[in-house]
Amino acid sequence: MVSFIVQRIAQGIVVMAAMSLLVFLGVYAIGNPIDVLLAPDATQEIRTQTIARYGLDRPLYEQYGQFVWRVLHGDLGRSFVFNMPVTDLIFMRLPATLELTLAAVLGATVIGIPLGIYAGYRPQSRTARWIMAISVIGFSVPTFWIGLVLILTFAVTLGWLPAGGRGETANLFGIEWSFLTGNGLKHLLLPALNLSLFKLALMIRLARAGTREIMLTDTVRFARATGQSETTIIRHHVLRLISIPLVTVFGLELGSTLAFAVVTETIFSWPGVGKLIIDSIQSLDRPVMVAYLVLVSLLFIAINFVVDLCYVALDPRMQKG
Amino acid sequence: MSEPLLSVYGLKTNFDTRHGLLRAVDDVSFSLDRGEILGLVGESGSGKSVTGFSLLGLIEAPGRIAGGSIRFDGQELVGASIDILRSIRGRRIAMIFQDPAMTLNPVLTIRQQMKLAYDAHQSGNTGDFTARALEVLSKVGIPDPAARIDAYPHQFSGGMRQRVAIAIALMHRPDIIIADEPTTALDVSIQAQILAEMRGLAQETGTALIWISHDLATIAALANRIAVMYAGRIVEQGTTAALIRAPRHPYTQGLLNSRPDRFPPKAKLPQIRGAMPSLSNLPQGCAFAPRCQFATDLCRSAIPPWSGTLHDGFACYHPLERTP
Ligand SMILES: Nc1ncnc2c1ncn2[C@@H]1O[C@H](COP(=O)(O)OP(=O)(O)OP(=O)(O)O)[C@@H](O)[C@H]1O
Ligand SMILES: [Mg+2]
Repeated sequence: MVSFIVQRIAQGIVVMAAMSLLVFLGVYAIGNPIDVLLAPDATQEIRTQTIARYGLDRPLYEQYGQFVWRVLHGDLGRSFVFNMPVTDLIFMRLPATLELTLAAVLGATVIGIPLGIYAGYRPQSRTARWIMAISVIGFSVPTFWIGLVLILTFAVTLGWLPAGGRGETANLFGIEWSFLTGNGLKHLLLPALNLSLFKLALMIRLARAGTREIMLTDTVRFARATGQSETTIIRHHVLRLISIPLVTVFGLELGSTLAFAVVTETIFSWPGVGKLIIDSIQSLDRPVMVAYLVLVSLLFIAINFVVDLCYVALDPRMQKG
Repeated sequence: MSEPLLSVYGLKTNFDTRHGLLRAVDDVSFSLDRGEILGLVGESGSGKSVTGFSLLGLIEAPGRIAGGSIRFDGQELVGASIDILRSIRGRRIAMIFQDPAMTLNPVLTIRQQMKLAYDAHQSGNTGDFTARALEVLSKVGIPDPAARIDAYPHQFSGGMRQRVAIAIALMHRPDIIIADEPTTALDVSIQAQILAEMRGLAQETGTALIWISHDLATIAALANRIAVMYAGRIVEQGTTAALIRAPRHPYTQGLLNSRPDRFPPKAKLPQIRGAMPSLSNLPQGCAFAPRCQFATDLCRSAIPPWSGTLHDGFACYHPLERTP
């Protein structure tokens, strides 16, 4: 177990090193940030000065070396545009994305898995057909379109829910959260719903496929032959067995949504990191892009690590020795 | 003689599939007394497992029990409510399956699985779960059960896994255990061990066994009586001694002839020529006729009726002579 963790951490370091290089090179190739930093009418002297100040005149490998050095010391640089430390900028925006993402992914999981299990348990029933219809819609209709429809229906036409923003927030652990106030919850509902539809569809599919497969196994037959009730069989056998693939997808979805909730955040003017990264790409705010991508890589590695640990906890066959 | 523990009469189980209505079990009748061992033998696809599942009401769509009667200890099981069936499954009639690697849940410990089976029947429980679990585990020959009960199935060998399944089956002291080829997936030496142990356990606990196998030699070594199935029907039934010594149905004779122990090592094994027809494409009349050297036009036109008693008889127009 310890060797497993050590091995995973070592792998993570290698991946991070590779990612940082790729990110650095990739962002470097996007364009020259100097045009953003300077007014068009800046003199040649100011220009040279600025380039030197940001180290942009140094050879590429040196710039990369300095970048890694600073990152290792927890310094991801300052935003060109906002002129403040990038980490502050990102962590200011992160809670908004975090609560939106968690609401969407958890909601999709908590609702999707029971629906999927039902659809897999009674595949011929009318309810199962409705559930599958929902999942087809969730899969095939684009997120931005659903977002617009949600706004038009619930915000514009019915006027039940706000169309954008975070609403009122309340403080917990020194961070502002929307889900702690009634008004904030109202603001959270539509974007979370929008973001969760695809995940809901995915969870339904996976749970259904897993359930169908497991219901046909001898494990279930044997459990039935010992007189166990259908509820027991679903709770103790089916749920345990399908949880292994579900945890993987949960982790992947959590990671990718945290990183790329851009579309929903834009439509609902949700002030999260998704909007930040889009803005920084438009303004060629290089440190923000780099820091963001590095943090996202770190996030993925961390989530994968947790998923692996869950695997080991859920599947005893993985616990060697 | 009192009423047998289990009597099956005219049982029919059909599967409504794309290939038409498959009569997997067709007009099957037999009975079982307390403590008796009945061997159910037949080729793959002859309907042995479906017969076993039917007894527990474990037939799922597209299958259904289409007729007949299963009387168990004075109670009719065909058409019984799910609650009645559930109260019988595992408590009064238990079942074990072919491949223990597939039947035990890989992500639950032996203790967890035994507890689920134990808790399935609240009413009959007196005393302590752990004590009972350890008792049955040691009864089936699991060494050091107190330590092994918290292990997972993959930490056991195939033979030990099947012993765990047998222990689960024994937990509620059932009247009958249906054993569906429980040794087929195991090594030959382990097969013999488990066979001997099962016979001992059945004797000791007074549990009746329905032992399903495609191997007549195995069955003959174990069972008091044998029923031979072919394409969903029982074609011959009798005491082991009589059936082995003087089979009446040509198919039984064929199965006996293909037993390697009956022939000197060098001799060529006589096989029954041809293969069992598929259920979707059964011939008219006797299903065995296309493979039978004695078949006549009569055999090819009408299904032979049962001659004899419920316990003893055959379905053939041209039975082999009883050699004295
Ligand atoms: N779920 C099902 N759907 C459709 N047909 C089925 C189903 N289960 C069984 N059958 C039919 O019933 C027939 C008998 O099956 P069964 O499993 O009882 O055979 P068996 O004698 O146990 O064979 P084996 O030795 O291979 O286990 C099969 O040939 C098949 O045609
Ligand atoms: Mg079978």
